[in-house]
Amino acid sequence: MTVLDALPSVEHAAVLDESSKREIRRAILTAIAVPGYQVPFGSREMPVARGWGSGGLQLTLAIVGPDDVVKVYDQGEDGGVNAANLRRLIRRSEGVETTTDPRQATVIQTRHRVPEDELRADQTLVLQVPVPEPLRGVERDMNELRRMHAEGDYSKMWVSLYEDLVRNGVITETTGYPCLVGGRYVIATTPIPRWDVPPLHQAAFLSLFSAGREKRIYAIPPYTDVEPLTFEDVPFEVEKVSARCRCGLVVPDGDLQSYQVEIPQQDGSSVWACSDTDWCTRQRVEAGLLDPSAITETEVDL
Amino acid sequence: MSPSAATAPIPTTTTTSTVDYPPSSPRPPALTVRQLSKYYGPILGCRDVEFEVAPGEALGIIGESGSGKSTAMRCIAGDHDATSGRITMGTVGDGHTDILTMSPSDRRALRVKDIAVVYQDPSEGLDLGVSAGGNIADRLTAAGWRNFGRIRERAAELLERTEVPLDRMDDPVRTFSGGMRQRVQLAKALANRPPLLLLDEPTTGLDASVAAGVLDLIRDLLEETGVGAVVVSHDFKVIEMLTRRCLVMHQGHVVEQGLTDQLLEDPQHPYSQRLVGAARG
Ligand SMILES: Nc1ncnc2c1ncn2[C@@H]1O[C@H](COP(=O)(O)OP(=O)(O)O)[C@@H](O)[C@H]1O
Ligand SMILES: [Mg+2]
Ligand SMILES: [Zn+2]
Repeated sequence: MTVLDALPSVEHAAVLDESSKREIRRAILTAIAVPGYQVPFGSREMPVARGWGSGGLQLTLAIVGPDDVVKVYDQGEDGGVNAANLRRLIRRSEGVETTTDPRQATVIQTRHRVPEDELRADQTLVLQVPVPEPLRGVERDMNELRRMHAEGDYSKMWVSLYEDLVRNGVITETTGYPCLVGGRYVIATTPIPRWDVPPLHQAAFLSLFSAGREKRIYAIPPYTDVEPLTFEDVPFEVEKVSARCRCGLVVPDGDLQSYQVEIPQQDGSSVWACSDTDWCTRQRVEAGLLDPSAITETEVDL
Repeated sequence: MSPSAATAPIPTTTTTSTVDYPPSSPRPPALTVRQLSKYYGPILGCRDVEFEVAPGEALGIIGESGSGKSTAMRCIAGDHDATSGRITMGTVGDGHTDILTMSPSDRRALRVKDIAVVYQDPSEGLDLGVSAGGNIADRLTAAGWRNFGRIRERAAELLERTEVPLDRMDDPVRTFSGGMRQRVQLAKALANRPPLLLLDEPTTGLDASVAAGVLDLIRDLLEETGVGAVVVSHDFKVIEMLTRRCLVMHQGHVVEQGLTDQLLEDPQHPYSQRLVGAARG
């Protein structure tokens, strides 16, 4: 039995009280006003463990209204237990509709991915963040971190990029690539792959980042510059694979059209497939590879 | 100058000679320090320290341990907050901006663009866990350099000049000898050609032969780069080798200043006489 089962099955069993929601909305407004700045908030205990999306959950609960449609997915998958749990919780708590189709959603909560579909101005992306501090790896002292952000002093970050290049020939930072937001604050882009970084730049939609354990919210308002930190002569590059997804999408070497993940097979081999399962499914239907009526409902909790 | 001045609460300064650059020089001094005082709570660090450094000049500050040399230097560098005084730099603002009144972040920016420091303890000037090149990259990126190839080139050029073997460029400074660490500090300090270099006991604690090599290098670098410098040392040999003009500090006060060779030859202040006497053995 999970905590979820213990929740009263009334339609509106709000997990977050109205005053907590208001406090979070205030933090969100500050975050939007100061793009990339990490705003502290009074993270509440949630019926999911901290580090399992409790930050994103609180944000989503605080911003959804009755007309919203929510998508929650995890590492590109709508079907995962964690995503399904969060989705069910949000639906029960707020009485909103949920969907797996990002085009129909107004609020999309995610971990590790940004949808392949280009999001619109009427949509909000909520990203679950484990470690909000991009300078964690180069500085431990909290006061010094605050000073560095306050003064825009990111030379330690540049030194670490320099050292990485010298040691490895490439910048090895793969997920959570550090980016300068609005020309001012450096943020950690959560553990999203590099592939997902360019869509954040000058995006039509609002991105909200929330770390429940570390009690921080930060934002990328619509049409804000998001520049991956890199040297002028070392271009930022997204992941390169050569793969062939079962949706028929052939990914020639270095020319990713949809972020691919390696899926280990029982015989020890592995295949590559689109990480965004909803997108992949739609591609297969369009290509006539999948009968729409045969799509299995990923909603484990209907 | 009365001998009792040495024990007077505020000794006056004895000038043995005129300054060694033309007073009518069109360029303002690289550094002007006026009535600089620093108290650590009730403890006197330095008091009413005054001097000027002309562009390209190396000025020495000598005095025994605890006389306030590092205190004065750290107040100029911005490591410590001065209690009172006024410090201007020819390259900052219109040359009349008192850097002591600048915001902490502007002060730090100054440390990148206008002032470089070489410390006795390399761990104060370098990140020992970072490579020699990375330490230089630290200063260059802080100064706005964003081209990896150019940063590498400049770092290599500086390390070559400071005689750090290039095959050690990518090794952490922690693995370097004391003398080599000082060379890396020098390379980093001069990376973006700051107009003012502060050297606090740069060779103290090194073996004599190693120290001699580093001193030679500093002398050549001061000459080549034309950087204005303040050289702090308790050792007359260092001051004699690197500076033409120097101040003598005693118990937080400047007790005498003048041309280094004259001061060594014919010290006026009783304290300077003792200091020189001790150095001459
Ligand atoms: N951080 C500090 N806190 C308290 N007293 C200090 C500090 N630094 C220096 N002092 C005191 O200030 C005086 C001058 O010291 P310092 O400037 O280090 O002299 P020097 O560099 O000539 O050896 C000494 O009495 C010293 O003990
Ligand atoms: Mg000292
Ligand atoms: Zn696919």
